[in-house]
Amino acid sequence: MDLFDASRWATTLAGMGDLWGGFLFTIEVSLAGLAVALVTGTLLGVMSSTENRALRVISRVYVEFFQNTPLVVQVFLFYSGVPQIFRALGHTGTPVRVAPFVLGVVGVGLYHAAYVSEVIRTGIEAVPKGQMEGAQSQGFSRVQAYRYIILPQTFKIILPPLANQALNLIKNTSVLALVAGGDLMYNADNLVSDSGFLQGYVLCCVMYFVICFPLALLIKWLERRSKQTPKAKPTPAAGVAKEA
Amino acid sequence: MANMIEIKHLNKYFGDLHVLKDVSLEVAAGEKLVIIGPSGSGKSTLIRCINYLERPTSGQVLIDGQEMTEKNHLAMVRTYSSMVFQQFNLYPNMTVLENLTLAPVKLQGKDKDEAAETAMANLKRVGLAHKADEYPQNLSGGQQQRVAIARALCTKQPIILFDEPTSALDPEMVQEVLNVMVELAQENITMLCVTHEMGFAREVADRVIFMDDGQILESGTPEHFFEHPDNERCRQFLSKIL
Repeated sequence: MDLFDASRWATTLAGMGDLWGGFLFTIEVSLAGLAVALVTGTLLGVMSSTENRALRVISRVYVEFFQNTPLVVQVFLFYSGVPQIFRALGHTGTPVRVAPFVLGVVGVGLYHAAYVSEVIRTGIEAVPKGQMEGAQSQGFSRVQAYRYIILPQTFKIILPPLANQALNLIKNTSVLALVAGGDLMYNADNLVSDSGFLQGYVLCCVMYFVICFPLALLIKWLERRSKQTPKAKPTPAAGVAKEA
Repeated sequence: MANMIEIKHLNKYFGDLHVLKDVSLEVAAGEKLVIIGPSGSGKSTLIRCINYLERPTSGQVLIDGQEMTEKNHLAMVRTYSSMVFQQFNLYPNMTVLENLTLAPVKLQGKDKDEAAETAMANLKRVGLAHKADEYPQNLSGGQQQRVAIARALCTKQPIILFDEPTSALDPEMVQEVLNVMVELAQENITMLCVTHEMGFAREVADRVIFMDDGQILESGTPEHFFEHPDNERCRQFLSKIL
C-alpha cells in the first residue's frame, strides 16, 4: 500500500522544511487570532449583559451574523471585499491585497469573537442574581460588583468553553489554505500536489494534533476543576486573629 | 427617640403591578420592627426600597433625616444599612473570612488585619470561628445564614434588614439562626425583619406591622397584635398561621 511506501515517506520528509514554516505561521495566526477573538468577544459579551438596549442589539446582530454564515464564505468575502473597499476610498494604483497573516487573524478572530461573546454572556448569566444584590446591599456599585464578585465567578465557569474555542480556532485557521495561504494546511497541500503523495496530509494531521491534543486535555482538566467544591483555604490573617 | 428611617408616601410599580400603595412608615433608632403578611403583599419590596435594591416609583425614603436618591444611594447604604437575604447570597468563590472582610477592606478602607480581627470576633459571636477558612458551599444552610449575619455585622451599619432569613432553611436549622438574631436584638441596632416566625416576633419585636396588598393594615406592639388585632384581614391571616 502506498501509505507505507518508504520512498514516498522519504520524499515527503525531505519537504518538511515547508511544513515547519507553515506550522509556525499557523501558530502565529492562531495566537493573534485568539487575541482578537478574546478582546472583541469579551466586549460583545459584556455589551449583551448591560442594561443598554442599543448595545445589546449591536452585539446580538454581530453574533447572529457570524454564527449563521460559514467561516469560509466570510474569509472569501474579506479577501475580495476589502481591496474593493480600499479602491472605493480612493486608493488607486496597484490593487491592495490583504496579507495572508492579516486575513487569517481577522477571519478567525472575528468569527470566534461571536462564540466567545456567547460564552461570556452565558457565564455572566450563570452567576445568580442574588450575588449582584448581595454586593449592592453592601454598597458596591455595579462596576465594583462585577470586578470583585461577579467576574471572578464567571471566569471559572467560562475557562473550559473558552479553551474549547481556542482549539476550534486553531483548526479553523486551515481555511487560509483556500485563499491566501502560508499556513500549515496550505504548505501541506503544496507538498502533496508537487509529489503526488498523500503522506504530506498525514504529517499535516500529526502536526495539528500535536497542538490540539494537549489543549483538549487542558479542557478536560479545567472542566473537572470547575465542578469541584473548593477546600478550606487557611489564611494567615485568620490564624493571627484566632490566636488573639 | 429620633427616627432612623422615614418612609413617606412610597409607591412602587412593577410594570402595571402596583406593589406598594402610598406606604408611610417611621422606624425609631434601635427599634426592632417585624413585618408580616401573605406572600406578594409587598413586605420584601418595602425593605428593599430602604437600601435601594428597588427604586421607589414615587415617594421618599429618608434615613437619619437624609433623603435617599439615585445619586447618593450607594454612599447611604455603605453608611446606614446591611441586609440578610433569604438565599444568604454569600460569595461562593471566597472563604467565609474573605466574605466578611471584602466590603470593610474595599469599601470602608480598613486594613486587612483589622478587618480580619473584626470578622473573627463576629464569627465567634455567631459560633462559627472554626469555619473561617471554609468555603460557604461546605456549610449547612443554617451556618451559611449565620455567616451572612456576621457579614452584615462586620460593616457596622446602624440598620440591618432581614428579608425572610429563615424561609429557605430546613426546619431543624431555623432555631440556630433565630437564636443569633435574638441575641443581636439586645444591641442598639435598628432591625427590620420580614418573617413568618411568630415566636420570634413575640420575643423581640418592639412593634409588628401587617401588610397586605401593598398597604400596612395593622401596626402595634406584639401583645396588641397577636391578642386583639383590629383589622379583619390580619385576624384571618393570624388564624391561618398560628
